[in-house]
Amino acid sequence: MKAKHKRSIFILFIMTFVSIGAYILLTNLRDNLVFFYSPSEILTKIPKADQKIRVGGMVDSNSLERRIIEDSEKKYEEISFTISDLLEIKYFGILPDLFREGQGVVAEGFFDLEDRVFNATNVLAKHDENYMPPEIEKTLDRKGIEK
Amino acid sequence: MFKFSNPKRFQELSDNVYPWINFLAFVFILIGLYYSFFNSPPDYLQGETVRIMYIHVPSAWLSLMIYSSMGICSIISLIWKHTLADIISRSCAPIGASFTLVTLITGSIWGKPTWGTWWVWDARLTSELILLFIYLGHIILSNAFDDFRKGDRNASILAIVGLINLPIIKWSVDWWNTLHQPASLTKFGAPSIDSVMLFPLIFMALGLTFLFVSILLDRIKGEIYLRKIELFKQDVN
Repeated sequence: MKAKHKRSIFILFIMTFVSIGAYILLTNLRDNLVFFYSPSEILTKIPKADQKIRVGGMVDSNSLERRIIEDSEKKYEEISFTISDLLEIKYFGILPDLFREGQGVVAEGFFDLEDRVFNATNVLAKHDENYMPPEIEKTLDRKGIEK
Repeated sequence: MFKFSNPKRFQELSDNVYPWINFLAFVFILIGLYYSFFNSPPDYLQGETVRIMYIHVPSAWLSLMIYSSMGICSIISLIWKHTLADIISRSCAPIGASFTLVTLITGSIWGKPTWGTWWVWDARLTSELILLFIYLGHIILSNAFDDFRKGDRNASILAIVGLINLPIIKWSVDWWNTLHQPASLTKFGAPSIDSVMLFPLIFMALGLTFLFVSILLDRIKGEIYLRKIELFKQDVN
């Protein structure tokens, strides 16, 4: 066997070894590698009350409500909305600019088992891979075409 | 196949194409920037913020493409022992690291107004950060030995091991839930970027690729001189 062939086998060996290793590692770490869970995952694998988790989904249209809550000292704005499929999220804070009904969102916080409500400490907007000028979006809306 | 792998012959070719590459880089980036900033529409959802895409996305593509070139050169270097492959690999690393850094910084600036955060530890962002560390590791390792050939050998093994990170970056958005959105341009299916926005993106991508080639040719030239000096020193001792 020529030295060149030996070196090729050595490289193939490294690549196979690294690929198998990465595959085992990544499949086993799957639960830790996902950035957020879907509402249904949370409702089936109910997390502990003190465990901070992230949940993601589409904001249901016409579900956003803002309510002012007053106590003796301050006023709070309570924001609530539901994400598909119907997980209610409550949040006190500032929503990102891109927050829209019908768009993706990732909420970080705690799941309240009794009320079945997700109390968010932070809300991030998730945008999709579509980019277009505003005029085209309007025409698509008028025609009622799926974007 | 290896006609131009002789450094001297490569240098002659490189000197001839170098001005043209610079010219193309200049023209494409100029047109690309003009369209990115002045002659393309804002996004229906993001508004003017979308213009960050025209620098972020091409840099991200280049960060992966440059690493792929390094990986291929490292395999050639280990099997066929071609000096030029080592030289290219070594010259690519700092350029690739720079584009990765640009990707991370522009991504962060883009993330704040759109997502509402500078940084999250999702699979796409984390794997791109790991790519930066691999680039930096490659630069450090290739310079860690008195004998540069030893540095080349060790760095090329690192580059081959690090190749595994490329498919992870590419498909992280499909394999796992991430905050980062999936790819807008795929091999199959129509792009989900409107053509008026695709145009500046493609021009910037081509311009930055030519810029990369231009810097690479410059670095290769320097690297060849450095090696001549190094070998001369070894001869004298």
